[in-house]
Amino acid sequence: MTATTSHVNPNVSDATARAAAKAATQNQPVTFGKALNTALADALVANDSTVIFGEDVGTLGGVFRITDGLTARFGSERCFDTPLAESGIVGMAIGMAMNGMRPVIEMQFDAFAYPAFEQIASHVAKMHNRTRGKVDLPMVIRIPYAGGVGGVEHHCDSSEAYYAHTPGLKVFTPATVKDAYLMLREAIDSPDPVIFFEPKKLYWSKEQVDLQVLASDYEAKRAATTEGAARIARAGSDATLITYGPSVSTAMEAAKLAAEEGISLEVIDIRTIVPFDDETVCASVRKTGRAIVVAEAQGFVSVASEIVARVQERCFHSLAAPVLRVTGFDIPYPAPTLEKYNLPSAERILDAVDQLQWEA
Amino acid sequence: MSTEAHEDRISSVSKKFGITPEDYMLPARHMINLLNVDGTLREESDQGTEPGHEYPLPSPAELMDAYSALAVGRRVNDQNSALVRQGRMAVYPSSHGQEACQVAAALCLEESDWLFPTYRDTVAVLTKGVAPMEVMTSFRGEWHCGYDPKAYNCAPMSTPLTTQLLHGVGVAHAAKLRGENTVVVAMCGDGATSEGDFHEALNFAAVFKLPVIFFVQNNKYAISVPLSQQSAAPSLAHKAVGYGMAGERVDGNDLMALMAVMRRAVRLAREGNGPLLIEAHTYRMQAHTNADDDKRYREDSEVQEWIAKDPVTRMHAYLDDAGLLTEEAQAKITERAEAIAKKLRDGMNQDANTPPSELFEHVFASKTTQLAEQQALLADELAREEA
Ligand SMILES: Cc1ncc(C[n+]2csc(CCOP(=O)(O)OP(=O)(O)O)c2C)c(N)n1
Ligand SMILES: [Mg+2]
Repeated sequence: MTATTSHVNPNVSDATARAAAKAATQNQPVTFGKALNTALADALVANDSTVIFGEDVGTLGGVFRITDGLTARFGSERCFDTPLAESGIVGMAIGMAMNGMRPVIEMQFDAFAYPAFEQIASHVAKMHNRTRGKVDLPMVIRIPYAGGVGGVEHHCDSSEAYYAHTPGLKVFTPATVKDAYLMLREAIDSPDPVIFFEPKKLYWSKEQVDLQVLASDYEAKRAATTEGAARIARAGSDATLITYGPSVSTAMEAAKLAAEEGISLEVIDIRTIVPFDDETVCASVRKTGRAIVVAEAQGFVSVASEIVARVQERCFHSLAAPVLRVTGFDIPYPAPTLEKYNLPSAERILDAVDQLQWEA
Repeated sequence: MSTEAHEDRISSVSKKFGITPEDYMLPARHMINLLNVDGTLREESDQGTEPGHEYPLPSPAELMDAYSALAVGRRVNDQNSALVRQGRMAVYPSSHGQEACQVAAALCLEESDWLFPTYRDTVAVLTKGVAPMEVMTSFRGEWHCGYDPKAYNCAPMSTPLTTQLLHGVGVAHAAKLRGENTVVVAMCGDGATSEGDFHEALNFAAVFKLPVIFFVQNNKYAISVPLSQQSAAPSLAHKAVGYGMAGERVDGNDLMALMAVMRRAVRLAREGNGPLLIEAHTYRMQAHTNADDDKRYREDSEVQEWIAKDPVTRMHAYLDDAGLLTEEAQAKITERAEAIAKKLRDGMNQDANTPPSELFEHVFASKTTQLAEQQALLADELAREEA
């Protein structure tokens, strides 16, 4: 590079410039969406077998831009658009995974994954078992899910229970920018199929995370796998809020407000619904003696119900109050103007905390 | 893909045959049929062939191999039905009458090519090379498919209708991306063509121009429902043109025609011309499975009519007349068929004996804590039962 064509001060060496640029990006907060995008790019680099496809994921980069730039950088054989057909996308991914690839596919929205349900429940979940362990299906189905973004009907479903209920599927849902990166890399490297739920409302959330460090730690296996490990998002001693995905931030907000009133809430982010970390959850509840499960999905026959049952079975003698749930109502997801009445709010969580039979 | 590229693709194959794209994609006006029901060779003008739809006769050696597999297939079908009647097997959807289709679907492929069969396609799976007792594992009430799909390049026999077609598309797509020349034959029945995955699979295969042959055995019924209640299309093969691929109809009880049509289809697919849809006209001679009562929905006279069109006697007559099927050759084939039948009898007369603890082993690549707990619970129950 000559001084005349360079935008960089010619007195500064290229190496210094690169270092300065890197320092600048390190100081930049990273969005949840960018972390996912970087995880996808890094997975494409790490393994030639990784392929990404779905609806509008190519040229456009996905309706949420999670695959932005991947086709341009890696070519249309590694990241490409398919015809509009969710069962087709999942079914083709199954065959590709049977034949040595690691497909990472995108369902455009939660409710639009339903046409693929037969492929998921009858084949994605069962191929390994049906073949007595001979065929692995290392594939990831990414699903932007849940509400809180003013979305219209069919764009805000919390559909995790359908998948978590199906033996053979792993179900991940990150709640932090760091986990968005890490858990997606882990999902892609998993020998098992993973349904990867991305809380839409977090796509634009930001954190100070150095993705390069995260990537090199992950690739050097410097960090232990986090699959099946719940995270203590906030330590506390009076009661435990057990939550995941889009509800983690709401629970954190409630814990902050409770602290102002002198109540110390512990917040546990489940991270992976399947496999489920009974140990971390139960250790916390045994310590605090009180628990509330917070989830945005409708509560009837839900992941929240399952967590309540598990805690009750395992921690009964440590409990000072019934385990409560704060969830969405058992109604179809409401229109944007009304969604605030349905979503678990910090206030609703604090009301539930009040009901935990505190001694007078 | 641009419109231009799309038009290019279609015209390149049609140019090769000197016909219009429509003539390439539409099935020939009559179904391809090389042998009369009595085993005599049809007049060339009567074979259903036309420009762009020409089918050279398979070689005698090829026909002898195919006949051998056909005779074995018939023996296996009848042995399995007997084993069901004797209570040694839970269920068997027999392909009696459809064996020529099954044999051709597997024989047209190389070892490295993939087959995607349905529950009806035992004989195709066997012909692809899967060991007899392995093929029959799921029908004896086991929880797994019985064979390693990757060892044979043969997917598990699929029960959810047409879902497997998409898996075949995926296998072909992965191979194409790696630059491998793998061809896939993906099978389904006439009724199954009404399923949404049939449409999605054909469309994906055509758009990505994948070497997949969709092979439909039109045996006229989906359990009890006749084809007229599944589709108003002029023929199932005509559906191909809607996806931009070639379709063809073939007599599914004429092994010679099937071999000719399938071999050409595989060649075209391997040469990079994209997918094809082949509809084989055949007939399900027995009930849907042993659990079905076909007297409730069809006349016995209809079944009787099809006895005259039997694929085994037809091919036998041709080979016999041509002097190819010597006594010695026939004896060898019978010996082979009987050996496989014996294997099935011996195998089925032993109990399966799978340890129930294995039910927890392959849900995931490694067991979750919860599955390990449930496995221990069951083990404890069994131990107490024994004590
Ligand atoms: C998705 C799905 N729906 C229904 C069934 C139940 N079922 C099994 S076989 C069958 C009939 C299929 O007919 P066809 O495709 O013509 O195949 P054939 O049995 O005649 O070989 C039905 C309805 C199924 N296996 N899968
Ligand atoms: Mg049928």
